[in-house]
Amino acid sequence: MASSDIAIIGVGLHPFGRYPGKSALEMGEEAVFEALTDAGVEWPAIQALYAGSMEVKNPEAIVGLLGLTGIPGRAVFTGCATGATSLAMAANAIRLGEHDLTIAIGLDKHPRGAFSDHPSVSGLPDWYGELGLFLTTHFFGMKINRYMHDFGITPMTLARAAAKALRNGAANPRAWRRKPLTEDEILTSQYLNYPLTQYMYCGPNEGAAAVVLCRADQAHRYTDTPVYLRASTLFSRREGAFELLSPALPLESAPSPTVFASRAAYEQAGIGPQDVDVIQLQDTDAGSEIIHLAENGFCQDGEQEALLAAGETEIGGRLPVNTDGGLLANGEPVGASGLRQIYELVTQLRGRAGDRQVDGARVGYAHLYGAPGTAAVTILSR
Amino acid sequence: MTRQIPLAEDLFTWPAEQPALIGGRSSDGQIVFPYRRYRIVGGVREELERVELPRRGNLWTFTTQRFRPPSPPYAGDDDPETFQPFAVGYIELPGAVRVEARLTEADPEKLAIGEEMELRILPFGTDDEGNQIMFYAFAPVNEGGHDDGVQ
Repeated sequence: MASSDIAIIGVGLHPFGRYPGKSALEMGEEAVFEALTDAGVEWPAIQALYAGSMEVKNPEAIVGLLGLTGIPGRAVFTGCATGATSLAMAANAIRLGEHDLTIAIGLDKHPRGAFSDHPSVSGLPDWYGELGLFLTTHFFGMKINRYMHDFGITPMTLARAAAKALRNGAANPRAWRRKPLTEDEILTSQYLNYPLTQYMYCGPNEGAAAVVLCRADQAHRYTDTPVYLRASTLFSRREGAFELLSPALPLESAPSPTVFASRAAYEQAGIGPQDVDVIQLQDTDAGSEIIHLAENGFCQDGEQEALLAAGETEIGGRLPVNTDGGLLANGEPVGASGLRQIYELVTQLRGRAGDRQVDGARVGYAHLYGAPGTAAVTILSR
Repeated sequence: MTRQIPLAEDLFTWPAEQPALIGGRSSDGQIVFPYRRYRIVGGVREELERVELPRRGNLWTFTTQRFRPPSPPYAGDDDPETFQPFAVGYIELPGAVRVEARLTEADPEKLAIGEEMELRILPFGTDDEGNQIMFYAFAPVNEGGHDDGVQ
């Protein structure tokens, strides 16, 4: 594996859920305090911060709660890939020699229900929203429907992915949804967007996460168990890719940005999918997890049917996916979701995951995907 | 008499005996929908040719919308009680483009990827001046009796 110049020395989480009366910044404050405590550093030692949020316009205002030390604070946003970007920018500030110790923070607090906005924010005409087409969830239903048709994936496989997420959530004391459901209960719940049923979708919610980074050669000042950043990539969509909120698509198809982000990340890290021990995939819905298994190189298209039936994506399987329950069991505060993945991977790589520990995990992989066709991959190792 | 007007300008030809969606074709043969006047092709900003898209194609994929979409932006002539679930899909128009559209058939069990679909122009609601707003949708060609539209 390629050498690394950046170490993660502390992680913190404000569990995702619903917290009436509590602000996103307050949740961020708790996540940062936990990450600082984990790293064994105090706030005045932090030299720069990168904060991601969808609902809070100036998430870097969190310094008002943490301490006004004069450091540069920057807001970061790349949709569902925000967590990977705040982490990458906090790492790059160290690589550039600007700082030795930085922090990436994600915090959000979404209203209940599907995301809603004016089509113009995505460069789309008014009529697209008036007709009821401006809904990201349509894409998830349509992409998996075509994928199932092309590669012989059955609804039972979708149900298996959702049931696994809820089982992992039940084993995670900090998850939002902790009640397991059977495949049958998932399959017979109502369709939100055919072929996806109610329990195959994640919900937008609230929460925060934080990650403290330092120069790799200084990591042992802080911790005996540093986790190294091996790769970090972000790609936007190419002409022909089947993406969210597209009034039309060209006849000639192109791969999703995930495929490019994944290949580039493996190349950066100098490893392949066979070297990964624990996996985090964007599971906005159960279908996304199944498609993303192939797009990230963990299997061929169509192999998911047999893989999931054999339990290979479970904790204890060959490809443990979303060991903390993923988005399905944790929900998605957009600005924080990617750093929740990093929190879980670091917890796994340090062997601190309790009931959901993947034995001997050394390499972790995190993938994010969202509007308007943006994918990010982060690879970590012990 | 009530005047029927399209939901937006340049979306489809209307009124017309054989209405068609309007796309824009660039010199490299690529077609965009909805029509827009300019596109950068090979480093040159060129004016697109207005073209009428084929009226028939095949269903490439689809899904359903069970609940009334958040409003705004949704502007359907209904409320959460009267809302009727609808289906949405991409129709592959041969030699042109895959177009996203609402489908006249809302039951996913009665839709099949690959089946032949045809354009329909249907009433969507009424504007402040009493005009009937028309929108585009696609209907299965071989459904028999189901093509009376969605409101």
